[in-house]
Amino acid sequence: MNTLLIAPAIMVGIGLFFGTVLAIAQRFLKVDEDPRIEATNELLPGTNCGACGQPGCLPFAEKLVAGEVEPGQCTVSTDEAIEQIAEFLEVDADRAEKLVARLRCNGGHLQASQIAEYRGFEGCRAAAVVSGGGKGCAWGCLGLADCEAACTFDAIHMNSNGLPQVDIDKCRACPDCVAACPRDLFELVPLSQNLYVQCNIPLAGEAATQLCKAACDACGKCAADAAPGLITMRDNLPIIDYSSGGEARPDAIFRCPTRSIVWLEREQFQDQESRKAGAV
Amino acid sequence: MKALGYLRHGFEHGVHPAHHKQQTADLPIQRVPFGKHYIMPLGQHTGVPARPVVAAGERVDRGQMIAEPGGFVSTALHSPVTGTVKEIGNFRGVDGRFAPAIAIEADPFATQQLDAGTPIDWQSLTLDEFIGAVQMAGIVGMGGAAFPAHVKLSVPDGVRIRHLLINGAECEPYLTTDHRLMLERPDALLEGAEIMRQKLGAEETVIGVETNKPDAIDVLRKHIQPEQPVRVVALKVKYPQGAEKMMIKSVFGKEVPAGQLPRDVEVNVNNVGTIVAVADYFSRGVPLIERVVTVAGPGVTYPANLIVPLGTPVRDVVKFCGGLKPGTREIIMGGPMMGRPIASLDVPVLKGCSGVLVFTEKQTARRKEYPCISCGRCLEACPYFLNPSRLARLAKSRMFDEMKAYNVFDCVECGCCTFACPSNIPIVQLIRTAKDDLTHRKEVDA
Repeated sequence: MNTLLIAPAIMVGIGLFFGTVLAIAQRFLKVDEDPRIEATNELLPGTNCGACGQPGCLPFAEKLVAGEVEPGQCTVSTDEAIEQIAEFLEVDADRAEKLVARLRCNGGHLQASQIAEYRGFEGCRAAAVVSGGGKGCAWGCLGLADCEAACTFDAIHMNSNGLPQVDIDKCRACPDCVAACPRDLFELVPLSQNLYVQCNIPLAGEAATQLCKAACDACGKCAADAAPGLITMRDNLPIIDYSSGGEARPDAIFRCPTRSIVWLEREQFQDQESRKAGAV
Repeated sequence: MKALGYLRHGFEHGVHPAHHKQQTADLPIQRVPFGKHYIMPLGQHTGVPARPVVAAGERVDRGQMIAEPGGFVSTALHSPVTGTVKEIGNFRGVDGRFAPAIAIEADPFATQQLDAGTPIDWQSLTLDEFIGAVQMAGIVGMGGAAFPAHVKLSVPDGVRIRHLLINGAECEPYLTTDHRLMLERPDALLEGAEIMRQKLGAEETVIGVETNKPDAIDVLRKHIQPEQPVRVVALKVKYPQGAEKMMIKSVFGKEVPAGQLPRDVEVNVNNVGTIVAVADYFSRGVPLIERVVTVAGPGVTYPANLIVPLGTPVRDVVKFCGGLKPGTREIIMGGPMMGRPIASLDVPVLKGCSGVLVFTEKQTARRKEYPCISCGRCLEACPYFLNPSRLARLAKSRMFDEMKAYNVFDCVECGCCTFACPSNIPIVQLIRTAKDDLTHRKEVDA
């Protein structure tokens, strides 16, 4: 009987001892963590995408509470979430202008000339490392959907013309597609900048248009029609300088022979199917 | 003893593709007639592109220097024909991108006779002068990598080269350029080998040849003078026997550690074509303006071994060989294991191009891909002892950064894993893509 009691007694004794030690440690060695960090982290999207420049959402929350960053630097959160965080922390939201990913190419299957058939395994970078895929243009979209695979937010889908269509509501301007594109065609552009050049070909005239029907042939009409200084031609491509002060108006695109400069209100490409349906 | 020797002349892992060399192995090297247009890309060697020293409209002679080295890891370019520089602009290269190149239009009335070049008294040159001469001759590794030859020659102080290893393995299927060079120009090969050996201060020259070229081994052994410290080693037929680290393992039994170079085990490895180019320059004064190319494969009408002036468009080479058979689907520059398909026939033959292979639907159709069954055949095939299956899985999930922990940069893209895979997974293609992503990915700071 005696031996039967010894074992539980020892266990209870050890338990009590360590319990006391922990209780004392809790009292004297306690580290106060700001409860707001946890609460702020709850409000963040939790994708750990790194678009804000921090390693993840929790470090961003820590910096938010410390006042080192503004809530608006998180491009991924919705406007409401940013407002909520700003209210909660009683700081200015400083909502940055909404950026969206735009593709500097309009050469889908229907526009780009095809010089060969690419039969390797699917992926833009895979095609780019062998012989640049089958399109004649060596600067344009390869159309093999690396960006679609890379997008964290399911915002990019290839349309029937073989071009990536960015869903503006879903696009959070994280730079995944910018990094994934082997031809560096994606860029993050403020939604308010409506004029956009969707071509990346450094050739001029027929050399460009014989490779792709949608290529910029460097005629310079857009530069002539726009406000002075707004559009300049560099390396056979128009460069739009919004800081020049000139007002961007749709006039600049009217005389473009190849639709390589466009006025974008929302999505860059329409799905070919819906465009056809809309035209009828 | 014989069994021991057999063990010595091999390396572990690797694969055994059908060699398909019978198509061109017995065809003597012939010269392609001069065409009209030549395109010399400034960056056709590994390293810094060359700097043009001619201008559009200028008349150039065959063998005249048209571009000087752009840095130390760079070589000169010479005009492959007598003619006029038409343009210095961007032209489509083998990789599909447009890159700066010198376009030359051949003069149809020129004799294309080379000026009787003066042999260079190489014995009186110091090592530095010799290295400079190799650079100005435009000589690069002719096996396929096109790495400037003089860079390999310049060894840092304290490193000694004891063995000059000449690579005549030609382990890629279909290719027979080195085979024909060894058969037809053994004297030039041995002459170049002697120049290189003396300048490097090496004790001996070893020529490694796979046993599927017994005639080449015989011819070389017959031509070796008794006083020359040259020996020919017959190597097992296995891919990639011609990879320099594998060859060193086969011949000397030494392993070159990852991240180190052959010179760290006192060896200098050069391709047969490179050595012949050295002999041509120092004994005959001819810089690197042409090379031997095997045109073979089931899709070509008349397969051939050809001397092709550099810069000749593939279109002209294929036309000389009777054109393409109907049903041609793919043209590969280089060997079938490591070569790259080309998207246009207008791309030129370059210093590193050892073959133009033409394939039909039967050889190039993609087989259905199945899931990895973890059989481990790719691990047994990989001569660098990597884990291709794990690398391929990571690449498929776009976890490129994690691949560094599996030594993805030790991969030389030899293709053994894809060849061995029973599930038809494009393993080496996935790894190559991931390597490109890791080295060329645009760094974005948002």
